[in-house]
Amino acid sequence: MLEQTAHIVSNERDTDFYFRIVLHAPQIAPLIQPGQFAHVRVTPLKDALLRRPFSIFQVAGDAFSILYKTVGKGTDALSRMRAGEELSVIAPLGHGFTVPKSGGEIPLLVAGGYGMAAMFLLAQRSPQKGIVFVGGRKRVDILCEKEFAAIGWEVRATTEDGSHGERGLVTQPLLAEIRNPKSEIRNYKLFACGPTPMLKAVAKIAEEASVPAELSMDEHMCCGVGVCLTCVIPVKTGDGWEYQRTCTEGPVFDARQIVWEATK
Amino acid sequence: MNLSVKIGKLTMQNPVTVASGTFGYGAEYSRLIDLNLLGAVTVKGIRLNPVRGNTTPRTAEVASGMLNAIGLQGPGVDGFIKKYWPFLKSLKVPTIINIWGTTVEEYAEVARRFDALGGVGALELNVSCPNIKEGGAQFGTDLKLLAQVVAACRKATRLPLITKMSPNVVSIAPFARAAEDAGSDALAITNSYPAMAIDIETRKPKLANVTGGLTGPAIKPIAVKLVWDAARAVKIPIIGMGGIQNADDAIEFLMAGATAVAVGTANFYEPQTPLQVIAGIREFMEREKIRDIRELTGSVQTKK
Repeated sequence: MLEQTAHIVSNERDTDFYFRIVLHAPQIAPLIQPGQFAHVRVTPLKDALLRRPFSIFQVAGDAFSILYKTVGKGTDALSRMRAGEELSVIAPLGHGFTVPKSGGEIPLLVAGGYGMAAMFLLAQRSPQKGIVFVGGRKRVDILCEKEFAAIGWEVRATTEDGSHGERGLVTQPLLAEIRNPKSEIRNYKLFACGPTPMLKAVAKIAEEASVPAELSMDEHMCCGVGVCLTCVIPVKTGDGWEYQRTCTEGPVFDARQIVWEATK
Repeated sequence: MNLSVKIGKLTMQNPVTVASGTFGYGAEYSRLIDLNLLGAVTVKGIRLNPVRGNTTPRTAEVASGMLNAIGLQGPGVDGFIKKYWPFLKSLKVPTIINIWGTTVEEYAEVARRFDALGGVGALELNVSCPNIKEGGAQFGTDLKLLAQVVAACRKATRLPLITKMSPNVVSIAPFARAAEDAGSDALAITNSYPAMAIDIETRKPKLANVTGGLTGPAIKPIAVKLVWDAARAVKIPIIGMGGIQNADDAIEFLMAGATAVAVGTANFYEPQTPLQVIAGIREFMEREKIRDIRELTGSVQTKK
């Protein structure tokens, strides 16, 4: 974990409301592990003081990138920033994904919307290739499909309106793959990032199929380093459950540890 | 140049600490700043037993500040001592432990436990948290209960006692005097202001707790006034806090009557703030040729 002033190398529209920002952060970039995040102070925001957390998308040399969607005043202001401007970044933060080992479980990645960005480093650094299931509302919500294909992953896309890939929810092709009688001999592990209802559905599928799953939880966050206790989720302990921090114990949790009944 | 101040028997090498609840138990920020440069580390509120805390969402950003209703989640006295005390004890700067309870007896018991621990810098009595049903602000907004809780803790420990005052009173002066008369060595002014924010799309409050406490730069001028009011009512030192973002803000609190200051919400968005405040105070003193930080306390010129 380091705090650094990062220069914007580029900040360009990807599709629709999605942008890609590349940040020059030579001390931070080499430390980043798959599933970790960066806590960014969007300098032009005047009366909105808090940092914004973003999953780290790609790492290249001295720089790392973020793939974000404009959803509010923080991301709107970020999307208007230009190359050469500076941002304060605290990163890398959090406990990320377990990178699959060569010859081990076959990784099945499940992504909803910009959750896809959080999975790229995992796919890239995993010696064991697998399948990426990506879902979104419409075509523009399916991100970086080609980049996953370019590193040897099979991508199965679903859209709710059928404008790209299979029509429906991302969990449909995932279930089909797991239930496929031919895949019974296969040893799967699920990795997921996306909206909470999707993560909950993935946790249920994993439990029913007795397949391990790691979920990257997307919670409202404030300090990002474990002190404010904003981003907590209920996690099983020996004799019950306790609130644990998405920014510190997470964002990646073992699906079996999450107490869904106690979530809002 | 002297930057050191005294809070009861406690000596701080400079007048800057952090506000309870914005700095965890110290260790979390030790990777981003050198804690040994602070005047003291103040930890999140601890009661006797572990506390699970409120449901989420627990915080919401608002203009120039934020609301929180964490519900004092914490490990309890034993959990704190086991998990966090070894690190805090190893620091060169003192630790101020913020304590609370749901009864006068519990406050006193927690005070006794930390008295027995040895090596604690001071205890801060949290009688002002707005986000819990029992305890907290219930004690800080009732003159009789406030006096009882401070007196009971005074009997339980010889450690310096700092009473963290609620801003949610008509006039702070009688409360400040009640804490002083009951044996408090210092006052911390102030805690968060009861507040609310609503999501107009869902028509639901932005916090699961419905209401919470407002902190950040939004409250600074109100907090400065509270310090000024209290400083004229008591002789004991005041630790001023509420929206401090830089040295200028801190100096305002000192001029209003504070002996020391605490950086709170700013830690969440700029962890370097406490160190920037210390550096800025030093620069101000050099520029203004002030030899001793104590010259600044209460130095506001209100006469024409």
